[in-house]
Amino acid sequence: MVSEQLVDLSRLQFAATAMYHFLFVPLTIGMTWLLVIMESVYVMTGKTIYKDMTRFWGKLFGINFALGVTTGITLEFQFGTNWAYYSHYVGDIFGAPLAIEGLMAFFLESTFIGLFFFGWDRLSRRQHLLVTILMAVGTNLSALWILIANGWMQNPVGAEFSFTTMRMEMVDFWAVVFNPDAQAKFVHTVSAGYVTGSMFVLAISAYYLLRKRDVTFAKRSFRIAAAFGLASSLSVIVLGDESGYTVGHAQQTKLAAMEAMWETEEAPAGLILVADINEEEQRNNWQIEIPYVLGLIGTRSLDKELPGIKNIIAENRERIISGIDAVRALEAVREDSNNEQARAVLEERIDDLGFGLLLRKYVTSMDDVTPEIIDKAAASTIPRVTPMFWAFRAMVGLGFWFLLLFGLALWYSIKGTFEHKPWLLRAVLWSLPLPWLACELGWFVAEYGRQPWTIYGVLPTHLSVSTLSVESLYGSLAGFVGFYTLLLIVEMYLMVKFARLGPGSLGTGRYSNESAHA
Amino acid sequence: MILDYETLKLVWWLLVGVLLIGFAIMDGHDMGVGTLLPFVGRNDVERRVVINTVGPHWDGNQVWFITGGGAIFAAWPLVYATAFSGFYWAMLAVLWALFFRPVGFDYRSKLQNPRWRSTWDWGLFVGGAVPPLIFGVAFGNLLQGVPFHFDNQLVSYYEGSFWGLLNPFALLCGVASTAMITFHGAVYLMHRTEDVIYARSRRAMLIFGTLLLVAFSVAGIWLQWIPGYVITSPIDPAALPDPLAKTVLQQNGAWMQNYRTMPLTILVPLIAYAGIALAMWLAARGRTLSAFVSSSFGILGVVGTAGVSMFPFIMPSSSDPRSSLTVWDSVSSHLTLTIMFFATLIFMPLIVVYTSWAYKVMAGKVTADYVRENSHSTY
Repeated sequence: MVSEQLVDLSRLQFAATAMYHFLFVPLTIGMTWLLVIMESVYVMTGKTIYKDMTRFWGKLFGINFALGVTTGITLEFQFGTNWAYYSHYVGDIFGAPLAIEGLMAFFLESTFIGLFFFGWDRLSRRQHLLVTILMAVGTNLSALWILIANGWMQNPVGAEFSFTTMRMEMVDFWAVVFNPDAQAKFVHTVSAGYVTGSMFVLAISAYYLLRKRDVTFAKRSFRIAAAFGLASSLSVIVLGDESGYTVGHAQQTKLAAMEAMWETEEAPAGLILVADINEEEQRNNWQIEIPYVLGLIGTRSLDKELPGIKNIIAENRERIISGIDAVRALEAVREDSNNEQARAVLEERIDDLGFGLLLRKYVTSMDDVTPEIIDKAAASTIPRVTPMFWAFRAMVGLGFWFLLLFGLALWYSIKGTFEHKPWLLRAVLWSLPLPWLACELGWFVAEYGRQPWTIYGVLPTHLSVSTLSVESLYGSLAGFVGFYTLLLIVEMYLMVKFARLGPGSLGTGRYSNESAHA
Repeated sequence: MILDYETLKLVWWLLVGVLLIGFAIMDGHDMGVGTLLPFVGRNDVERRVVINTVGPHWDGNQVWFITGGGAIFAAWPLVYATAFSGFYWAMLAVLWALFFRPVGFDYRSKLQNPRWRSTWDWGLFVGGAVPPLIFGVAFGNLLQGVPFHFDNQLVSYYEGSFWGLLNPFALLCGVASTAMITFHGAVYLMHRTEDVIYARSRRAMLIFGTLLLVAFSVAGIWLQWIPGYVITSPIDPAALPDPLAKTVLQQNGAWMQNYRTMPLTILVPLIAYAGIALAMWLAARGRTLSAFVSSSFGILGVVGTAGVSMFPFIMPSSSDPRSSLTVWDSVSSHLTLTIMFFATLIFMPLIVVYTSWAYKVMAGKVTADYVRENSHSTY
């Protein structure tokens, strides 16, 4: 049996490295389109200032991109190094989008990013714009394939279990690609990236405006970011709602935990705004709710019920009991593949196999299963409610804050008075870190909310790990923490330095601070 | 499905080979340049020249590595799972060495401080030298078999340690691999630079080319005495993959078997020798572009030799030979192999086309003047 410590450390390492990676991804995703917009204006108007904008914001984009690449490799490695059984069990489906991502998207992005930085003097204006567009397309396609892979972990469609190969196998590629979970996640995630990119440009421009330097440059950047940011924050909210709908469909446990909904409510369920959650007694001490709204989000109807946590646990308990027979049957056919009786049982109970496997966390043999263990396993099918509930609310709250902020920024951009609104500029500047916070919270809700599964309903997390020693995990975790801390310090130092220097760092002679940098 | 399962299993052995060889040729020359950086560049401008020969391309080239990993995940999930987790510390060492590259390239010249720059130069050296060394060591271990087994549920258990990987034969393979990549990088540097850097790269080219020929030959001779592996049960290449369904024996000279039964395969090591020798000859005469093409063929020969010697084995197990992973029983399903085959068929030519275009745009010698004039936009 795999030690719990090993599982916890493997999870911690994956969570830490994935969340760290995602500090750099959303900015890359968002900035590519902002660069496309700025350069398009340059190509259309021929005004040098838009070229300078593309180059300067591109420089900051490059500092960020370097760490995105660095930390991205870790993730691809880590499925193999730390999640070996996962890789074997679902590699037939999960590996394909990752490989296609490389072939279709990452090659495109990475090849053209080189020409974006080095090709200014060797390409015509139109050619260079094409390069920038291809870089943006590559970046966004990359997000698409990664989220197709992730969407499959949330909602494993288009695949079947094979006992001969002892793994899940793809039966319908297009079902995996057009998985509603994956599509909803993709649009929500890239929109979040666009919001991040817009906030980045908006806040740093606000900084120049507050300092009253490089004003023309900053004003033009501010306007573009305000417009793009408003559109993006609208879409992140609308598409986030769509994501909520698909979650309600495929992962009732996640939705119930997010909403601290202990009992099945009569349709349409109300949306709880805030609550005092009591996990021990499985109830909320008190709560404030808006009637009907959750039912509308989760079911798009007024008459469909959303199951509460207690009901889900009771249902899962039944599936675990049914899963015991599935696991026994699997063990029997692995011993003797001609055991017709076991094959029949396995086939009949195949949907509950994953639930039976949940018990492997507690016992090696299904003979040792007791009702208490079944209760424990059933209770574990719901992630902890408190962190889910609050992380989700914080993310949504931030989303609406962004909408307000970009709305105001665009409003005063249209009126042409934003540079004389120091309160707005300051609010924008102080909001700079918030999109990152919202992104991380979003991933937390999505991935922590999937527990106790790596593949929802199919493969429990504790079975997915590599059979490594706990010492190895401590060592590698320490290495990652050390390396990543150092890299973050270096990156932040350069980012702050060049953001402060401003467009003068291009050395064109047209901006302030020219002498500060050689 | 258009291609049958057996054919696809073979095709995927070739395609993984293509990706690994593509990685060694493309990312390899960047790594070779990184390895040579502190030695062929003796002052800041020289080093910037060296770095900027690969500046616009290293990122695209590194995707060969990422896609290679992804393709192994998709096509050989058991190999991906078993090798990456078994070689845990070796893989982490590769990973951590690679960390130095993106930041090294992008951050190095953003500050003037000489210590800052020199630190990143050595970082780029580590990022260039360590991965090929470890990959060579890994291949050296694969050729000897590595200690792992599967249980009945196909959970893999690795029984060796990191230090166990560092045996003499594996280290020799590591030397050969590092020499190959450094040689290739030296040829590339000759093509893209002039004057002193050209002269120093030329010397490095001769040294590492010779070292490669010697190490490759010694490893080849040594291999005669290393017991290989043979499948002793009947093989059904079209069967559903199950690594535990076969029996395997260790046998002296088994790695020479393919050359005996399929004499044409002897061409692969011959291509290695011819490619390397010809590349040295051409490069010494200043025909650097032809030399680069030739050394790429040399790489194809060297990597191919390891693959052909072991075929159909990918990762033999020394402690439980029947758990060995082969091209027949560690693959994905028929459907996944088919989809990935077509994805590769569509995108690989596109990648080659736009990568070539990128090199064409940036073609020509990188000079000290170029670096000075563009000090704000180059690395």
